[in-house]
Amino acid sequence: MTGKWPTSRKILLLAPLLLFLGLAYVVPFLGVVRWSFTLPEPGLGQYHALFTDPLVQSVFFRTLRICLIVTAASLTMAYAIAYVWVRGSSVQRMLAEFCILVPFWISVLTRAFGWLAMLSNRGLINTWLQSAGIITEPLALARNEFGVIVGMTHFLIPFAVFPIASAMRSIDERVLLAARGMGASRTRIFWTVFVPLTYGGLIGAALIVFVFALGFFVTPAILGGGRSVMVAELVYLRIFQSPDWGLGAAISVVLVVFIGILLALMRRFIKPAHLVG
Amino acid sequence: MPQSTQLGDSKAAEIKAVSIGKTFGAFHALRNLSLDIARGEFLTLLGPSGSGKTTFLMILAGFTAPTTGRLVMDGEDITDVPAEDRSYGMVFQGYALFPHLTVEQNIAFPLKVRGRSSADIKRKVGEMVARVGLSGHEKKLPAKLSGGQQQRVALARALVFEPSVLLLDEPFSALDKNLREMMQQEVKRLHQETGTTFVFVTHDQSEALALSSRVAIFNHGELLQVGKPQDVYERPGNRFVAEFLGEINLLPLDALRLEGDRAAGQFEERTIVLNRTMPMIGSDAVAAIRPEHMTIGTGQHSADRNAITCRVEGATYFGASTKYHLRTRTGTSLAVSMPTAATLLIAPQTDVWVSWPVHQGFLLPVGS
Repeated sequence: MTGKWPTSRKILLLAPLLLFLGLAYVVPFLGVVRWSFTLPEPGLGQYHALFTDPLVQSVFFRTLRICLIVTAASLTMAYAIAYVWVRGSSVQRMLAEFCILVPFWISVLTRAFGWLAMLSNRGLINTWLQSAGIITEPLALARNEFGVIVGMTHFLIPFAVFPIASAMRSIDERVLLAARGMGASRTRIFWTVFVPLTYGGLIGAALIVFVFALGFFVTPAILGGGRSVMVAELVYLRIFQSPDWGLGAAISVVLVVFIGILLALMRRFIKPAHLVG
Repeated sequence: MPQSTQLGDSKAAEIKAVSIGKTFGAFHALRNLSLDIARGEFLTLLGPSGSGKTTFLMILAGFTAPTTGRLVMDGEDITDVPAEDRSYGMVFQGYALFPHLTVEQNIAFPLKVRGRSSADIKRKVGEMVARVGLSGHEKKLPAKLSGGQQQRVALARALVFEPSVLLLDEPFSALDKNLREMMQQEVKRLHQETGTTFVFVTHDQSEALALSSRVAIFNHGELLQVGKPQDVYERPGNRFVAEFLGEINLLPLDALRLEGDRAAGQFEERTIVLNRTMPMIGSDAVAAIRPEHMTIGTGQHSADRNAITCRVEGATYFGASTKYHLRTRTGTSLAVSMPTAATLLIAPQTDVWVSWPVHQGFLLPVGS
C-alpha cells in the first residue's frame, strides 16, 4: 500500500508532526540561539565565558563524568538483564521482563523520590545499617553525586536493555553451537563470539543512555540536592533564577550541537529499528 | 575439561551407535537405532525431513543427548562426553560462520581454542585456505563472500584441526545446481585427502548416491537400510527405500512362486521372472523396476528379458534422456527412461512392448 503513494503524499502524512516540531522546538530554539549571541550585548562574549568561566567548566566536567559513569553502569547491568531476558528459562524471562517494564512505566519524579527515601540520611538503607549496628553515622548516599548516579542509572537501564537484547536475539544459535563443536569453553564463546556479535547493540545503547543522561534534570535536582548541579540544571538556574539569559542560551546551544553530533554518530553505527528491540 | 589425547590427531575414528532412542515429549524422533560407522568411511544419512537423520547427527555431535542407548567411539563410551570435548568437525546448514571474524580468523578459531602457537596457526590456516581455493580472500568478512565461498570457509574451519570425524548437516541445500555439484566434488576430494570419517546428512537422494561410501536411509525415526549406494538403489529392502531413492515402476504380481534364486509371478497374463533378493513371505508381491532399466521395443525379446504390452501416453524430453509415460492394458502407469539418441520420438497412443532384463527387476512386499 505504501508503495503506491507518491513521495509528496507521504510527506503530507508527516506534516502535522513536522509543523508541531517546527513551531514548538525549532522556532523557539532559533530564539535561544539569537539570545546566545545578543544578550546582554551582541558578540561572542557568552561563548568566551562558557569556555573560561570556572563554574560553567566545573558543571560541564561533572556532567561529563556523571554521564560516563552512568553509561558504564547502565550498560553493564542492562547486559546482564538482557542476557537473562533473551536466553534465560521462561520463568527467568518473565522476571526480567517485569524488572524492565515496571520501572519503565513509573514516572521519573516518583522514582527520584523513591531513591531519596532509600538513600537519604534517615532513609531505609542508613536506618537499617544503623539499627543493625554496622555503622554509627549515616553514610552520604543522597544529596551528592553518588545519589545522582544511582537514580540516573536506574532510570536509564531499560533504555539500554532494548538495543542490547535486540542484538542478542539476532545472533544465530548455530554460530554458538559451531564454537562449542570446535571445543570452545562457555567463557571463551561468551567473550570471543557472543559479546563481539552484540557490539552494535552496545554502541547504540551507550549513545542512547549517554545522550539521555546529558539532558537529565529532575533526577540530579532531587538526588543531588543542589550540590551536584548538572548542565541542564545550570541552564535552568541561569534562565529562571538569574538575569543571565545569554549564558544559559549559549550553554543550551553547545549542548544541542554536542548531542546532534552524537546522534549523527549513532546513525552511522546502528539502524533505528535496532533501538526498539 | 578433560583433554582427549587425540586432539589434533588426524586418525579417523570409528563410531558404534547402540540402540539409540530419542523422544521429545511424546514424539519419538529416533527409535532403537544401531549403526556402525566405519573408520574413514563417507556415510550419508538420508531421509525426508522429520525422519530423524538430523537428530542422529546432533546426537553424534554431542549437542543432543540420546534418551536411550550408547555411543561408542574407538571402544570408548562417549555418550556423556559434551560436544566441546568430542572435537569433531562440523559444517552446519547455513554454514554458521562467525560473522565478525575474517575468513582467516574463522579458520584459525578452532586452532586458537586448542592453544596452538601463532606460527603453527598461521601455517595451518595458510595451507587450508589454499586447499579450499580461497587464496586472496583471507581478510574478507563472511558477508562479503558468495555462498560457495562461505561453504569453503565452513569446510576449512571444520577440517583445519584434523578432527577424527567430520559431520555435515545439509551443507549444500542453499547452493544452486552447478555450484552444488562443484562443492560435492570438493567434499569428495577432501574426504579422500584427509581420510577422516565423514557423516553427511541430506534429503537429496542423488547427492547421497553420488558422494557416499554407504547410505543410511531414515524414515519416521527408524533406520530402514544401510548399504553401498548401488546396493540400496538396486536392492532396496522395502518399498519406502525403493521409492525414496528414485522413481520406480511397481507391477503387482499374482500367483507368485519361488524357483531357486529366481521368483516368478503373473502380471496381465504374462509371466514375470525376477531375482530373489529378499526372503518372501506370502504369495503377494510387486515387481519393482527402475525406469532406466526398461526399454521400449516392438516385440522381439530374448528369453532373459521380461516384456509387457503398453500404450505410450506421452514423453518428456530431458536432453540426454527422454522419459516415456506409458499405461499397461489394465491401467498401471509406467515410466521408461531411455537415452535420447537410442530412439526416435515415439508418438502417443502407439502400442509398444516394454522389456527389461530379468536380473534388474526385484521383488517388494505389497504393503509398507
